[in-house]
Amino acid sequence: MSDYNFAYLDEQTKRMIRRALLKGIAIPGYQVPFASREMPMPYGWGTGGVQVSAACLTPDDTLKVIDQGADDTTNAVSIRKFFQKTAGMNVTDTTSEASIIQTRHRIPEQPMTVDQILVYQVPIPEPLRFLEPRETETRKMHALEEYGLMHVKLYEDIAQHGQIATAYAYPVKVEGRYVMDPSPIPRFDNPKMEMAAIQLFGAGREQRIYAIPPYTKVASLDFEDYPFEASKAGGECALCGADHTYLDEVIIDDDGGRMFVCSDTDFCESRRAAGHVGTQGAPIKEDAA
Amino acid sequence: MYVAVKGGELAIDAAHAWLDDARRGDTSVAELSLAQIHEQLSLSVDRVMSEGSLYDPDLAALAIKQARGDMIEAIFLIRAYRTTLPRFGYSAAIETGDMACMRRISATFKDVPGGQVLGPTFDYTHRLLDFKLAAEGGAGSSGSNEPSSPTSGASPDRKPHITEFLNKDGLIEEAVTSNETPPDLTREPLELPANRALRLQNLTRGDEGFLLGMAYSTQRGYARNHAFVGELRIGTVDVEMDIPELGFTIDIGEITVTECETVNQFKGSKTEPPQFTRGYGLVFGQTERKAISMALVDRALRWKELGEDNVGAPAQDEEFVLSHSDNIQATGFLEHIKLPHYVDFQSELELVRSIRAEAQEYQMQEAVQ
Repeated sequence: MSDYNFAYLDEQTKRMIRRALLKGIAIPGYQVPFASREMPMPYGWGTGGVQVSAACLTPDDTLKVIDQGADDTTNAVSIRKFFQKTAGMNVTDTTSEASIIQTRHRIPEQPMTVDQILVYQVPIPEPLRFLEPRETETRKMHALEEYGLMHVKLYEDIAQHGQIATAYAYPVKVEGRYVMDPSPIPRFDNPKMEMAAIQLFGAGREQRIYAIPPYTKVASLDFEDYPFEASKAGGECALCGADHTYLDEVIIDDDGGRMFVCSDTDFCESRRAAGHVGTQGAPIKEDAA
Repeated sequence: MYVAVKGGELAIDAAHAWLDDARRGDTSVAELSLAQIHEQLSLSVDRVMSEGSLYDPDLAALAIKQARGDMIEAIFLIRAYRTTLPRFGYSAAIETGDMACMRRISATFKDVPGGQVLGPTFDYTHRLLDFKLAAEGGAGSSGSNEPSSPTSGASPDRKPHITEFLNKDGLIEEAVTSNETPPDLTREPLELPANRALRLQNLTRGDEGFLLGMAYSTQRGYARNHAFVGELRIGTVDVEMDIPELGFTIDIGEITVTECETVNQFKGSKTEPPQFTRGYGLVFGQTERKAISMALVDRALRWKELGEDNVGAPAQDEEFVLSHSDNIQATGFLEHIKLPHYVDFQSELELVRSIRAEAQEYQMQEAVQ
């Protein structure tokens, strides 16, 4: 496809995005404004992540795209196709084979390595947004490290519900400075954010980029007497038997019968390929897609 | 045994094929040509150009056809195309005083130099369905064989801006001229507070319906600013560009724009005498509803510089208006909630279950005691 530049964006735009990324890496957790472009997919479909990926991709990279932990969800398919079409990218479903992984709402179960980049799609980058709708105010609050409002909110949760009632997009403090929205990943994934790979966050509509360098301290906000808990559905995956992965609940019959399966499809498949079998699973065959 | 559903890829391909079919509709009906859309749905074309921020009637017609007439979808197609275009340079500011007007009216003066020109307006039509138009092959009332052009019938003589007459007596605030390069919100992220140039840029590509609602709210008392249409003019203006290789300015084409200047009441403040103030709207194409709306919202947003009170009305709230005016951003975020959210929903399910379990346990303990 010659009508567009490699990975769709022109080089000037990529340069602008790379500058924002470098600034983001230099100030972990700080939201860097960037001149987000209109992309050929709608805002809300991952335009921020797509722009960040486009600015990072080289022809030697191997790309993996997941949505809800799965490679075959419609929007993951669509974004993967976009980069195959505009950049002729090598793509993979296998976490360990990818050099760049673009994700929506999950962190892969398999630990990521130093030579990988994880790109998050972010809808609302501002962790304080639902406490204070004004950008002019929240920027001031970050500048002054004024996070009392957030702690009050968490305290009120405990007073009202007996626990912190935030199940996803659970706020974190990065390297002891900026409170950051980890994007709508389940809080089960929060502890994984202290990882070897570079984590980049792109919010297209809100025109913000932020980043976490490798091995950066990422603490989920909590109280001494109410420590953070990485929760998930109890039980194990019905297909691969894993009891340490994040599980999706699938309704399987008209009576509301349900089963739990790994949300990370690649992880589940690799476990089944290695011979693990859950209560309702069958060993996977070599050629199965 | 449960088999995880695969096939997102096939489903997408099938959906796209169906979409193509649905767009074409019944093949026994002749296909729309871009020229037909351009000529006969010209106000749709104008809206797509203005909110798409790209003046190209042919591309706008194509976008409307491809989008099956969905205006926001068509605007989106244009925006996504526009953003890939290289920038060769910047034109000189257009001179709306030299506009070849096809329409030019003032609501503040009965007659004005240059005259009142109604032009092709719906204003005084009776909104009765014209069943003659339903008869196929009808040439319509004008029956002209000439392709219509926005300038046909436009009067070539220069018409002065009407608000300037008020300015002669100092009854209206001076419109400050500035040669400062305006910020470009398609190249820099919107930063607040914004100056007026940036606000106007945001409004002119903003959603017509959103601006209409905002402007209407000011009329109904939410930051009322007593607007009169000082002048509304629609017509063509020349676009000139300085070509460095040539060393002089050349005319590179003409565009149709709608310009609205409102005259608003102002009681005066500590620093300013009582005088009229201005609201300004300038929009691509024949788009007068939007241009008037823009002028009212522009005026409402100027409360701070004019020393007015902030009465807490939405239309006075710069951050509120500028952050929500863009329909491509709005529709994207709104519609994205139909994408899969299994993971977040699952975590919410677990949370609700755990809170309920805790509450139940507590109630049981209470009952025992």
